[in-house]
Amino acid sequence: MAIVFEKTKGLTDKETHYCPGCTHGIIHRLVAEVLEELDVLGNAIGVAPVGCSVLAYDYFNVDMHEASHGRAPAVATGIKRAMPNNVVFTYQGDGDLASIGTAEIVHVAHRGEKITTIFVNNAIYGMTGGQMAPTTLIGQKATTCQDGRSKAHSGMPLRVSEMLATIDGAAFVERVSVHNPVEIRKAKKAIKKAFECQIKGEGFSIVEVLSTCPTNWGIAPTESLKWLEANMIPYYPLGNFRTPEEA
Amino acid sequence: MAKVLMKGNEAIGAAAIQAGCKYFFGYPITPQNELPEYMSKELPKNDGVFVQAESEVAAINMVYGAAGCGVRVMTSSSSPGIALKQEGITYIAGAELPCVIVNIVRGGPGLGGIQPAQSDYFQSTRGGGNGDYKLLVLAPANLQEMVDMVQEAFDMADYYRNPVMVVGDGMIGQMMEPIEFRTPVKRELPSKEGWATTGTKGNRKPHIINSLFLDPQGLEDHNIRLQKKYKTMKENEARYEAYNMENAEIVLAAYGTTSRICKNAIDKLKEEGINIGLIRPQTLWPFPEKAFQEIPETVKAALTVEMSEGQMIDDVRLALNGKIPTEFYGRSGGMIPTPDAIIDKIKEMLGGLK
Ligand SMILES: Cc1ncc(C[n+]2csc(CCOP(=O)(O)OP(=O)(O)O)c2C)c(N)n1
Ligand code: SF4
Repeated sequence: MAIVFEKTKGLTDKETHYCPGCTHGIIHRLVAEVLEELDVLGNAIGVAPVGCSVLAYDYFNVDMHEASHGRAPAVATGIKRAMPNNVVFTYQGDGDLASIGTAEIVHVAHRGEKITTIFVNNAIYGMTGGQMAPTTLIGQKATTCQDGRSKAHSGMPLRVSEMLATIDGAAFVERVSVHNPVEIRKAKKAIKKAFECQIKGEGFSIVEVLSTCPTNWGIAPTESLKWLEANMIPYYPLGNFRTPEEA
Repeated sequence: MAKVLMKGNEAIGAAAIQAGCKYFFGYPITPQNELPEYMSKELPKNDGVFVQAESEVAAINMVYGAAGCGVRVMTSSSSPGIALKQEGITYIAGAELPCVIVNIVRGGPGLGGIQPAQSDYFQSTRGGGNGDYKLLVLAPANLQEMVDMVQEAFDMADYYRNPVMVVGDGMIGQMMEPIEFRTPVKRELPSKEGWATTGTKGNRKPHIINSLFLDPQGLEDHNIRLQKKYKTMKENEARYEAYNMENAEIVLAAYGTTSRICKNAIDKLKEEGINIGLIRPQTLWPFPEKAFQEIPETVKAALTVEMSEGQMIDDVRLALNGKIPTEFYGRSGGMIPTPDAIIDKIKEMLGGLK
């Protein structure tokens, strides 16, 4: 019988701890497949965040660092400066990147650090049990805004891609989603472009991936995909915000 | 090599480069600015990289990243900046990565002042970071010793896979003294190949730099291993200088530049026929307990002198374990203890002893 599908070599055989229906797993697979297709698995060094993906170091089949909360871009900077010929990436959630780690992400872009960031925006703090994130939508309930987020109290949700796109050193900025197969394919393309941008030395690259958290949203997995499409995409429009000019 | 006259902060940079340091991540703060400035100028000429980070938090996390790749890396700061680095320092200690951290201490608490101080003794030896970890903490008293210690610090860090902190007060950073660059005593350094993240090249299992152990037994095993390492450090690395201990009536305890002032006081008193000794810890952790446990019978009391409100005195008391009365004299943040003030305190103590 012909083999029609094989798991990417970019992932280890370790079973992930993600909740059923969580899209972290899909995003892991896309990143791993891209690294394999670009033939850089042996050359890649990844940085895992603090958040649900803290154990990403056990899942990616490449050298990994585990960073403290929000500091992955600084850790990646140290790695890339020491190992300029390696492919370096961070994988971070929205509490990690858009709250405690805002200084680190802004300045990694500001320096045009040649690393790639995969930013998983699920509009909530997953690991700690569903607290409000800077990305939580207006009206969305979380354990620290039980009547839903209000603008008066917490401000409007932070649009990270739009913000980073104003920074000159951010060479590639794109927002994608993984709520259906079409978007998953587009997401993979963007992730590939982001890594290619790093390999060509064009500057900092980031892909914001809209993702689900069925557990803390309190919505069943398939319904979560629909919720993401109906609620997150209108506020977080998909598309490219910056791409290096073709030579 | 011939002696050269250098400013303390720059001499630290030169010593680090001599020791093979290729990467420096820092953030401006007085009174250590000449060090990152020097590194920004000199590292690129030596195949190295200097990055001015957006904060001390970022700088120490850059150190964590680079150290994980197995390179020789350093950062420096002064007291409030070191406070911010504590998060990264405990991660580096937990993940067992070698690096060198320099603290040119200024007065506190809070923003404190910019003048020399020794009020970060607790911060360095107890750690402001979370968990059961230890740093090797070196405390030079002059620029030659500073240069020697900075060079050796890189070897010590690699030898133990542990962060090493070099603590100097603002005076050490700012003064000029003639120095000579010497090669430190060679240690058998373990290879970093078994853990450094350099890319698997497809022919080995991934290396993981990590301090997370979710399984409680795994975490305890990790801690037991770390404690074993700290015990070895304690047995092998405690260092001190003993000065004028023979027939001493009182022993002073002081480190860094304060010890130099103490020596002045001791020499003056000797002319009056009063014999006072000094134990100068060269390592703050491990603390040279033995030096205090083995003081001669003639010593009737101890006096700890610090540019702080009294921090190292805790370790002196622990080491002496109640054997003799232990007193304290200190000034804080830029108010330097004078030899005369120390002499007055000693005479007051001698009066009480008679
Ligand atoms: C310094 C520090 N503060 C807080 C925490 C607790 N903490 C762990 S995960 C997390 C939030 C992660 O949320 P996010 O980045 O959105 O990722 P997700 O879990 O949703 O994937 C927090 C606050 C921590 N580990 N360290
Ligand atoms: S808590 Fe949410 S983000 Fe975390 S694994 Fe579960 S579903 Fe995914």
